[in-house]
Amino acid sequence: MSDYRIQGAKGDWEVVVGLEVHAQVISNAKLFSGASTEFGAEPNAQVSLVDAAMPGMLPTINGECVRQAVRTGLALGAQINKFSVFDRKNYFYADLPQGYQISQFKHPVVGEGIVLLDLGEGKTKEVGVERIHLEQDAGKSMHDQHPQFTYVDLNRSGVALMEIVSMPDMRSPDEAGAYLTKLRSIVRYIGSCDGNMEQGSMRADVNVSVRKPGDELGTRCEIKNVNSIRFVRQAIEVEARRQVDIIEAGGTIDQETRLFDPNKGETRSMRSKEEAHDYRYFPDPDLLPLEFDDAFIEAAQDSLPELPDVKKARFMSALGLNDYNAGVLVAEKEQADYFETLVAALAKAAKKDEAAVAVKASNWLTGDLFGALNKAGKTIANSPVTAEQGADLLVLIEDGTISGRIAKDVFEIMFETGKDAAAIVEEKGLKQVSDTGAIEKIIDEVIAANPGQLEQYRAGKDKLLGFFVGQVMKATQGKANPGMVNQLLKPKLDG
Amino acid sequence: MMTDLTKLKIADARDLLKKGEFTSRELTEAHIAAVEASGTLNAYIEKTPDIALAQADAADAVIRAGGSKSMTGIPVGIKDLFATKGVHTQACSHILDGFKPEYESSVTQNLWDDGAVMLGKLNMDEFAMGSSNETSYYGAVKNPWRAEGSNNNYVPGGSSGGSVASVAGYAAMGATASDTGGSIRQPAAFTGTFGMKPTYGRCSRYGMVAFASSLDQAGPITRDVRDGAIMLGSMAGYDVKDSTSVDIPVPNFEAALTGDIRGMKIGIPQEYHLAGMPGEIEALWHKGIEWMKAAGAEVVDINLPHTRYALPTYYIVAPAEASSNLARYDGVKYGLRNVPDGGNLDDMYYTTRGEGFGEEVKRRIMIGTYVLSAGYYDAYYLKAQKVRRLIADDFKRAFEKVDAILTPTAPSAAFAFGEKSNDPLAMYLNDVFTVPASLAGLPGSSVPAGLSENGLPLGLQVLGKAWDEETVFRVSGVIEEAAAFSAQPEMWWR
Repeated sequence: MSDYRIQGAKGDWEVVVGLEVHAQVISNAKLFSGASTEFGAEPNAQVSLVDAAMPGMLPTINGECVRQAVRTGLALGAQINKFSVFDRKNYFYADLPQGYQISQFKHPVVGEGIVLLDLGEGKTKEVGVERIHLEQDAGKSMHDQHPQFTYVDLNRSGVALMEIVSMPDMRSPDEAGAYLTKLRSIVRYIGSCDGNMEQGSMRADVNVSVRKPGDELGTRCEIKNVNSIRFVRQAIEVEARRQVDIIEAGGTIDQETRLFDPNKGETRSMRSKEEAHDYRYFPDPDLLPLEFDDAFIEAAQDSLPELPDVKKARFMSALGLNDYNAGVLVAEKEQADYFETLVAALAKAAKKDEAAVAVKASNWLTGDLFGALNKAGKTIANSPVTAEQGADLLVLIEDGTISGRIAKDVFEIMFETGKDAAAIVEEKGLKQVSDTGAIEKIIDEVIAANPGQLEQYRAGKDKLLGFFVGQVMKATQGKANPGMVNQLLKPKLDG
Repeated sequence: MMTDLTKLKIADARDLLKKGEFTSRELTEAHIAAVEASGTLNAYIEKTPDIALAQADAADAVIRAGGSKSMTGIPVGIKDLFATKGVHTQACSHILDGFKPEYESSVTQNLWDDGAVMLGKLNMDEFAMGSSNETSYYGAVKNPWRAEGSNNNYVPGGSSGGSVASVAGYAAMGATASDTGGSIRQPAAFTGTFGMKPTYGRCSRYGMVAFASSLDQAGPITRDVRDGAIMLGSMAGYDVKDSTSVDIPVPNFEAALTGDIRGMKIGIPQEYHLAGMPGEIEALWHKGIEWMKAAGAEVVDINLPHTRYALPTYYIVAPAEASSNLARYDGVKYGLRNVPDGGNLDDMYYTTRGEGFGEEVKRRIMIGTYVLSAGYYDAYYLKAQKVRRLIADDFKRAFEKVDAILTPTAPSAAFAFGEKSNDPLAMYLNDVFTVPASLAGLPGSSVPAGLSENGLPLGLQVLGKAWDEETVFRVSGVIEEAAAFSAQPEMWWR
């Protein structure tokens, strides 16, 4: 149970959250027409006769969109409905050419499923998914193009959306954020949605109500079309606070649709229940019920990659990663893929088991590479250092060719230039000096050059060992094998 | 010219064209002249002589090359609800003012692919809502037939009023039509023409302006049964662009016209004996029964117990779908747009739709909106869907016992203008015999079978099993032969 509470004047309040996520389906074409779905095209460049609702035009289902919805359902462990129905949701708006949206009302393609939230420190929570249905997106009204007119862009009109409806199972902004993060991770893993909230290909309607812990559910308000995880969290916080203030002042909550204004940090009413549309849902007579067989579902199941929860468990049990690192690595599929390539290449080159090198690989990846990427404003997808190159670098440390200290410098050059580690080491002459005679010679020179320090050391000032090590390393431009330096230096100092 | 080419049937013209007795250009020019001369009937609301002549010349080239197809060189009229590329397509509504599609309906494309020639676009009730063609924005169509010794005009029936008037008035050899609750069969009966509504799913609805999607079906109007078989054969066929069209082969309908119905069982639904129905309709039906017996068929009384619920069911389902189908006519994208000065989006909707739709269309949008509304959906729409299933089950049971069903097409002959236009319920009753088969998706024809006491045409309806248009054609052919319907309207309009 979440202990997140809104502190009111009259005690603590619990917030109850449910999310309806609209996820744009990755597909070659729109849900019911052959028009393209690419983002960023010129306005009205991707509009078929069907999308523009020309007289006599008819929708025909795009099987790929159905397959993606089924795959998403399977990834959430949800019930798949072999029989579902497309309904018309009727309302007038300028960017809704048909005067209705084709959606699924009574019989959605996917039934109940589960999303497992990672709440940090190994804590998890199950949030129920009530259903996933397929529907058409509307076009876009542009009110800022002309002082008098509104322009309409129908590129988005008819694009397939999955509406993923959660149960009211979340109890804090953190949980809602974790839900969206996890859901986004899953759809990206399976490639059913790109999850880009800033481009609008994933948007959330947030249902918020408050209650005294243990009470019945309160009246909810729906905050429409929130387009980032950060805003979802903020919206929940301010909306819950607003509701608590109203109730504590003796008022009641009206069930209504609201908008979140991130600039003002407030929600405001869009339309009340009285103004709510009567959508007059009825089965779309232009489309037959959607039916498919077990083979279709099995093929969809077979097409699923290893999902984040399973992958995380494997990283921990088989590769020995800790919960935190495993969680970080699996959060994005590209990261997990990078890691697996890195470990495999490293194990092969070092002739060791993957389990023996995985933690080192994970530390380098989450530390050095992620740090550098972050600083450079890059992502793993456009990392200048490939997983294979990373493995080459780690092998050089593993086999003693370079020291960990030098490796950091080499990595910096790799990150800047994209060159291979071995080439850099070669070019810059950074190879570790592990020749006993050579190191001994330098040690002797350093000791001879610092008689005062030697005396103090021998008088008991042990800390000066570090000074001598540093001098030796300096003399070799850091290339001396530090283990050997330590090993050889001490007996000589001790005399 | 040797004969009036406009009096020919499609089958005859097809054979004579092939023999080179005349060219499609000659045939088409004769029809273009007939179209011009038919202005009084108001059957055509858009004439396309240039297109017709170009198609005719192309057809002549095909014929010379020996590549004739079923409709090569045959001039036909097209109901205004079929999209024809670059040509007036408004379903005779004001709200589609100026609309010329950039696409062709599948049904008309099939006809052009088979070599047919387009004379123009035909008048109809607005959005196919009506049984008299009085709701057209382009004015009513006059029935070519007049009562004996009378100069009064009669309605041609609807909604395919222009289609039947053009064919009965010798201004087209055939015409496309559409039937939602009887819009092919009732006007065919009123004009002494043959009309065929095939099984739902036989013809593609792609490019047909929608009225009620689950009921709309295209079909032909022709001057006899054989022509209907030829023309439907061309119009029909599976289409991936219509999810409700069905992928089964189109049989050779003409080959079904064997004239032999010996041993066939013909059902007579007892519920179609309506109280107060004119005696001449009962008498015609009885004649039809005798013709069936004389041809060696066995006549069987059957029951279709839910018949009396068909009209109310239809007038819930069809307006419900229409209210949604017509939502796209909003002034935003095409057709009429009226915005009062300083008006906003809602004002544009009110004004455009208020002025763009006629009274009957508005009535049905309101009925449809009402029956789908929260709180009424279960009582009306959902219940109507259940009753629709029961009506379909009635037919299914009946067709376990019989091969075809024979009924009158309409409860009366053509009526006068204005006679029913102010009484929607009386108007809706026109469809009482045609609506049940529409709800069940079954094929049905109307065959000219005789004249009323005052000399107006009457039709008999033949209904068949789903996908068994062949039996409907065969039985229709037998009725046609037995009825020997040879009356013709006097050409008062030419």
